[in-house]
Amino acid sequence: MDLNSILSLGENALQLGLISSLTVLALFLSYSMLNVCDLSTDGCFTLGATVGAAVAIAGHPLLSIPAAMAAGILSGFITAFLQTKMGINSLLAGIIVNTGLYSVNIAVMGNSSLLNMNRTKTVFTMLKDALANTPFSQNYVLIIALLATVLVVIFLSLFLRTKLGLAIRATGNNPDMVPSSSINPVFTTIVGLCVSNSFTALSGCLLAQSQKSVNIDIGTGMVTIALASLLIGGIFLGKGKIPLRAIGVVLGSIIFRVIYTIALRFDMPAYMLKLVSSIIVIIAISAPYLKSKIPEFKRKIALKRGKEAV
Amino acid sequence: MLTLSHISKTFNPGTVNAKTALSDLSFHADKGDFITIIGANGAGKSTLFNAISGSFMTDSGRILLDGEDITLMPEFKRAKQIGRLFQDPMLGSAPGMSIEENLALAAGHGGWLSHISKKDKEKFRERLSLLEMGLEDRMKQPVGLLSGGQRQALTLMMATFTPPKLLLLDEHTAALDPGTAEKVLSLTREIVSENHLTCLMITHNMQSALNLGNRTVMMNNGSIIYDISGDERKNLKVNDLLLKFKECVGKELDNDRMLLSE
Repeated sequence: MDLNSILSLGENALQLGLISSLTVLALFLSYSMLNVCDLSTDGCFTLGATVGAAVAIAGHPLLSIPAAMAAGILSGFITAFLQTKMGINSLLAGIIVNTGLYSVNIAVMGNSSLLNMNRTKTVFTMLKDALANTPFSQNYVLIIALLATVLVVIFLSLFLRTKLGLAIRATGNNPDMVPSSSINPVFTTIVGLCVSNSFTALSGCLLAQSQKSVNIDIGTGMVTIALASLLIGGIFLGKGKIPLRAIGVVLGSIIFRVIYTIALRFDMPAYMLKLVSSIIVIIAISAPYLKSKIPEFKRKIALKRGKEAV
Repeated sequence: MLTLSHISKTFNPGTVNAKTALSDLSFHADKGDFITIIGANGAGKSTLFNAISGSFMTDSGRILLDGEDITLMPEFKRAKQIGRLFQDPMLGSAPGMSIEENLALAAGHGGWLSHISKKDKEKFRERLSLLEMGLEDRMKQPVGLLSGGQRQALTLMMATFTPPKLLLLDEHTAALDPGTAEKVLSLTREIVSENHLTCLMITHNMQSALNLGNRTVMMNNGSIIYDISGDERKNLKVNDLLLKFKECVGKELDNDRMLLSE
């Protein structure tokens, strides 16, 4: 394997890592800040992809981005509304919306489970044309992915420092204090999920347009992949200030894709991606719990061996 | 200032677990009143606070605060006018956020998109120094690192940052060690008197119930059974209170945390 193909694989991993990091940043807001595990993520990711593709195919490449994000906001609003105003458990609300979105997504794609954008003008082809005859002519996907990620990281860093951002963090951090601190938890949950789902949809929209096609399964397993990336990012930059943690989250997403790419090189079949992400999530979430059980476990063994006086 | 007229609340109505927590309770507090509330376990003291602050809607009756009918107002809106402290110091602040960020939430001014300004920070620092706990030098640290007493003092500061119309203290020093409890209590006294706050305080300490404030209310079975203020209260001893309870209820006052003297 020569240097060029390694570089191209690396760039591929970087692009995918950056584009999916938008979903990871969405979970950073909903899961890490608001303490809501948003299981509508898969459907919302696909929604962003289908809406973005449909609008681009209709001849509005620039409009496709805000349209996808608006669809994400709507989806997030419904999930939040179900859990704050309709008395539905937050996990269940996500699952219900996710299921409903399957039909919506097929409908958006015009009663089809696949849309092709080979000849469609998208933000990527626009930039490709604009960069023709420059040294960056082949890096157009990377540039857009990087730009989107930087914008979202900056937005989140500023947003979480505002009073609204602080109120959202307090809602997740100590729900008991919220109503007695004149914060309306219904409002903060709705705003938080609307914002986070707009990023998820943006992520889906960009992935679909960069690979020039969208199918109904494009978002399947995204929530687990994103959680795995989030938790990997937390290992490196889990503490400290919000901007640093947000950057850590992006790094986590890139690291996840790099590991995955390397594993593919070692002949791991591509379909293993989801199993690997599941295992990473299991390890990352259960490790602190299991670690806290070690003293208890040791003592049980010691007692069984009769080494400790009862 | 605060008027409750004929409020009632029954939990689990129509079941075997039905419990009348407040029954036709009427009560009035004047502006600047500092009222201590005592009573046996399950007398409805905390339920009364929950009703006033809006944790639940009462089944009947009206609640007026400063002339405004707040009977149907949701809890988070009432919280703008009512400060509240619980027995558990962990309930009043977000452990994962810094002291500064917690105070910014409590300070309550500025729009949703406003940031913490330099001026805000100076103000926070100045207020925190009044606690004499060194918190003004730890403003960037997460609240989770504070001790229970420090956290309760911070919560007190947050609840009164913008002086509320009404301050509700639900045994807010009961979970603290005696030294810290004394400190938090004296801070409470200072803050209440400086800002001329109207304050209701539940306590299990009979002596401080008589020493603090200008009026004492005794509750039993969701009603007020004894209400005393003025000269009559000044001459009252803890023993008199106990006798009074027996006279009204017909049995000994029974509260597992009740302290009969200092």
